[in-house]
Amino acid sequence: MGRSPSPGESAGAKVSDINSARPAGRRLWTNRLASAAMLGAVLLAMIPVGLILSYIFAKGMAAMSWEFLSEPTPFSFRRAEGGFLNGLIGTGIMVGLATLVSVPLGILAAIYLQEYGRGLLANLIRFFSDVMTGVPSVFVGLFVYTAFVLPFGFGAVMGAAALAIIMLPIVVRTTEEMLKLVPLELQHGSFALGASKFQTIIRVVLPSALPGITTGVLLAVARAAGETAPLILTALGSLTITTKLIGEPISALPLLIFDGARNPFAAGQERAWAGALELLALVLIFTLLARIVASRSKISS
Amino acid sequence: MTPPPFAAPASTALPNSAQAPDLTPQVGEYGVPQPSAAEPVFTIRDLSVYYGGNVALKEVSLDIMPREITAIIGPSGCGKSTFIRCLNRMNDLIPGATVTGDVFYHGQNIYAPEVDPVAVRRRIGMVFQRPNPFPKSVYDNVAFGPRINGFKGDLDELVENSLRAAALWDEVKDKLKKSALNLSGGQQQRLCIARAIAVEPDVILMDEPASALDPVATVRIEDLMQELKKQYSIIIVTHNMQQAARVSERTAFLYTEVDEETSSRWGILVEHGETGLIFTRPKDKRTEDYVSGRFG
Repeated sequence: MGRSPSPGESAGAKVSDINSARPAGRRLWTNRLASAAMLGAVLLAMIPVGLILSYIFAKGMAAMSWEFLSEPTPFSFRRAEGGFLNGLIGTGIMVGLATLVSVPLGILAAIYLQEYGRGLLANLIRFFSDVMTGVPSVFVGLFVYTAFVLPFGFGAVMGAAALAIIMLPIVVRTTEEMLKLVPLELQHGSFALGASKFQTIIRVVLPSALPGITTGVLLAVARAAGETAPLILTALGSLTITTKLIGEPISALPLLIFDGARNPFAAGQERAWAGALELLALVLIFTLLARIVASRSKISS
Repeated sequence: MTPPPFAAPASTALPNSAQAPDLTPQVGEYGVPQPSAAEPVFTIRDLSVYYGGNVALKEVSLDIMPREITAIIGPSGCGKSTFIRCLNRMNDLIPGATVTGDVFYHGQNIYAPEVDPVAVRRRIGMVFQRPNPFPKSVYDNVAFGPRINGFKGDLDELVENSLRAAALWDEVKDKLKKSALNLSGGQQQRLCIARAIAVEPDVILMDEPASALDPVATVRIEDLMQELKKQYSIIIVTHNMQQAARVSERTAFLYTEVDEETSSRWGILVEHGETGLIFTRPKDKRTEDYVSGRFG
């Protein structure tokens, strides 16, 4: 700037000064082009999501009924009656069991990695967690099949074991990332008040990271609820309602969707659409509930 | 006053060889009246700190007197924070930090192997440079220390008294259940002081407590320190010389020494004594240059 305008100068001169600083020509158009390209990319990415959701909703609502929600699957795909209650119960039992095992274990492992783990052992655990996140889920199914199903038979516990193995690395890695975000200053504040390391973790670190940990757990639950391949090898599937944990095959929503969708009869395919909607709604409701609980546990601002 | 020992009393009795030598600052020699012949709270001898093998603070020996404000001044990087963090063993939390030398707290070496650093920190509270309230309610922030220490009594009363002592009660009494993160920076820092007071410590360490605050909030903290020193011994690190001159009874000047060959740097204690003397008649040229604003 050659000169600084004095307060007494006319308003018109100042406005022209400001306007002269506006980006013009190539810079202006580069900016607009880049913004448009980014917006376009977002819209493009939204198209498949929007199509899938709207299609599932339209097709699913057409086949949805109280009977579908409250009846087990008929023994013939051709019959246009019954529903997926057997699958709903199976998914609830298996995902619930898997969550009960993998979430506490995963959070404890993440605390170990973040707060205590040093050196080779911690790096090994971290490395194998990453590897496990990428392992195709059918391998997990095969592992549980050879290790547990061959000696003990198909059952809910076997399915839950496979799901827990899939969930565990997700919980570990997301929780660890969230614990990393808790400011060191908060921990030091706690230590300076004479808190032990354990008290600091339980009373300061975990509560501060809770919203993030909840998100990680939800990701893992949603992933487990949608898994099909490992359940074929461990839960097998069933057309009757069962709540037995072991010694009897059990069904799950993804299994019933898979069976319904690949058979040639219209009634079975319609049930699959309704099942897909049910599974989607289940994950969505669960996500919302967990979010509400997590935000309740924080204090009002 | 004899505070409770950190560990089993029998094991913490000082061996004769480790007896704290008497190096109380000779404040009388300038004609300033000698203060009451109180026992020092801290007797620090040959304290050195290393970070991963590099010396950061070299052979500091200093006595800290009770019920006074002691200011630690010096240029950036001279080890002021490192020094104050040795007094409640916060340096233990920094990976790679090692401390040599002795810090006697009421005659008891807090670096003795049998001393639990957690117990040390219950007696010696700390307020940090940036206000760091927990993401909890105002009440829960103050109640945190008493709760983890198994306080059995009227917690409401303790919280109120602590907030009053920190001159914050009137501002927050209607929002005790609201998040502490909604308070202003100055209020947050006073909350952190209330939080430290609530565990009824003997000493409060303050690591540049006002450097992140505006002048009005700074004055409130300084006024508060004058109240607090009636009950607590306060050690404050500050890079603000006016602040040191305003609030403290005694001042210690740390300075950075540089090894010309290896260009490694470490902090040393240049001199310490009555604040008035340090600022008007320092014995060391470096102190004089620093307090007169010639460098740093």
